[in-house]
Amino acid sequence: MSFLSLANLTKRFGSNTVVDDFNLDIRQGEFLSFLGPSGCGKTTVLRMVAGFDTPTSGSIRIDGQDITHLPPNKRRIGMVFQAYALFPNMTVAENVSYGLRIAGHDKATIRARVAEMLELIKLDHLGGRYPYQLSGGQQQRVALARALAPRPRLLLLDEPLSALDAKVRVALRDDIRTIQRELGITAIFVTHDQEEALSISDRVAVMHQGRADQIGTPVEVYNRPATHFVARFVGHLNTFEARVDAGDAVTFAGRRFAAPDRMRDDLATAKDAVVTVALRPEALSLRRRNDRDAAISGRVLQVDFMGSVLRARIDIGGRTVAIDMFNQNDAVLPPPGTEADLFFSPDDLLVLPE
Amino acid sequence: MKRPLILPLLIVILAAAFLLVPLIATFHFSLKMERGTLSLAAYRSVFESDAFLSALDFSAVASFAAIALGAVLVVPTAYWVRLRLPRLRTLVEFLSLLPLIIPAVVLVFGYVRLYGSSSILPLTLTTQGTNLLLVIGYVVLSLPYMYRAVDNGLAVIDITTLTEAAESLGSSRIRTIAFVIFPNVRSAIVSGAFLTFSISLGEFVMTSLLNRPGFGPYMVQVGQDQAYQPAALAIMAFAFTWGFMIAMEAVASHRPGTPILPAFLKSRRRTQNP
Repeated sequence: MSFLSLANLTKRFGSNTVVDDFNLDIRQGEFLSFLGPSGCGKTTVLRMVAGFDTPTSGSIRIDGQDITHLPPNKRRIGMVFQAYALFPNMTVAENVSYGLRIAGHDKATIRARVAEMLELIKLDHLGGRYPYQLSGGQQQRVALARALAPRPRLLLLDEPLSALDAKVRVALRDDIRTIQRELGITAIFVTHDQEEALSISDRVAVMHQGRADQIGTPVEVYNRPATHFVARFVGHLNTFEARVDAGDAVTFAGRRFAAPDRMRDDLATAKDAVVTVALRPEALSLRRRNDRDAAISGRVLQVDFMGSVLRARIDIGGRTVAIDMFNQNDAVLPPPGTEADLFFSPDDLLVLPE
Repeated sequence: MKRPLILPLLIVILAAAFLLVPLIATFHFSLKMERGTLSLAAYRSVFESDAFLSALDFSAVASFAAIALGAVLVVPTAYWVRLRLPRLRTLVEFLSLLPLIIPAVVLVFGYVRLYGSSSILPLTLTTQGTNLLLVIGYVVLSLPYMYRAVDNGLAVIDITTLTEAAESLGSSRIRTIAFVIFPNVRSAIVSGAFLTFSISLGEFVMTSLLNRPGFGPYMVQVGQDQAYQPAALAIMAFAFTWGFMIAMEAVASHRPGTPILPAFLKSRRRTQNP
């Protein structure tokens, strides 16, 4: 049974529909991310769950209780904000204890819980500091401890890592996931960063124009995108217009390729139709990796050094295709302007749904 | 190329002379009460006067009351306008500026007509009622300064997110205002309070027309009857204002967890030696 259930959630601002008939069920202890570009409605859904925005229609239930019209301060939902939102007039310890004081706990309980939370975020030595005396990463840790201290039923994280620099962002991302697992709390994480969403989540809801285009595990979303939008938004994708030949083969980039077994049923009904096929940059290689590999030819435009990865851009019949290689000693680096064959396994071929 | 400094220096000297020469002359005059010698006799005379002390006492109490009433009125209003009614901000700002446009004499005659003996709420019939009317008048006169100070203070902090953070922790709206918003605009309120105090303490028109024994009418009376004491009062008022300005700066630049005075001195030192 789902712990949090969003049913037919719609939010309109005037004539602008920001969230359109959104449905979602989340299990207890699950970590789910809303992933999408700016304006896709992910933060609006989060704000409706928190109680800061009222849905135009639809319902929100937590643990069987309808909270659609419950004020935010009665929902017992913790929230971490992008801008930290620590109370500047209070010390770290006072910030963490704020929710506990409102709940009416006695002083000894509050002191013990604050100490426990500060230990959890590894800032137990900074309880007496004020927010302005902390770094961005430390402030966000305190915000997390403050949200968790009153033992909320649900934890909402609204782009909590966006304001941090790259290293701190990765460290805090891992910490958030560890703490969430340790406490077993159900969490919704909003982000526009696909790497963040894929690395941290049990499931990802990819949002587009107020709807969830796909809800699935990170592997499902990345390897089997349900829509064009998901395919293009999550990871890099090389796409080709392909013609279906008799259901067992497709023709693109001037060559005919046998369709993988899993696609044959779908393609059987689409003879002579034009479909969009796609290959991830890491599915392509400048070397043949096994005998079943298919190949397409092109001309190297440039090779970009990206640290652990090298990205080559190849022109194939006027279309630029990206391929990624690990930065290894034996990596082949073709000079720009040379002709090259790109190899791929037909199993890696994706047919994008219309 | 380095520009010659003579002209700017001359302008600064002239401006300083324009401001300081009358002040020095007044101060010098205030010390000449005793023939042939410079002394603080005029100041002593002012402080020994019961009328001075009672006028100062009355105006100080009325000013503090105006500060309290102003803060209670302005902080929730400015907060609510910023949080829920941002479209009304321009209108509310305009309304808060009206006391600068409408002369105090017009305001006080309006009050007398509205709250006079023949009105539904005849505040002027009793001393306490008139005092209350005077305090309300001070609140209105200082509204442009109080509202602007508080509104600027609210602009510095992200009140929407702070409010939401507090509410997600179970806080009611009133508790949020009292424990989160109010302490974070404290320096702005104090700035507004000092300005309110400066305006109210020596206010003449309302205090005089409502016939209250305030400091403003006292100064005018002393100016008519005596020679050296008004000069001493002027210097004291000037020192008073400067004292408040310094206190305002100290409170405004204060951060939680640091003592008020060193924070202020540090910021001064930074300004002098960047």
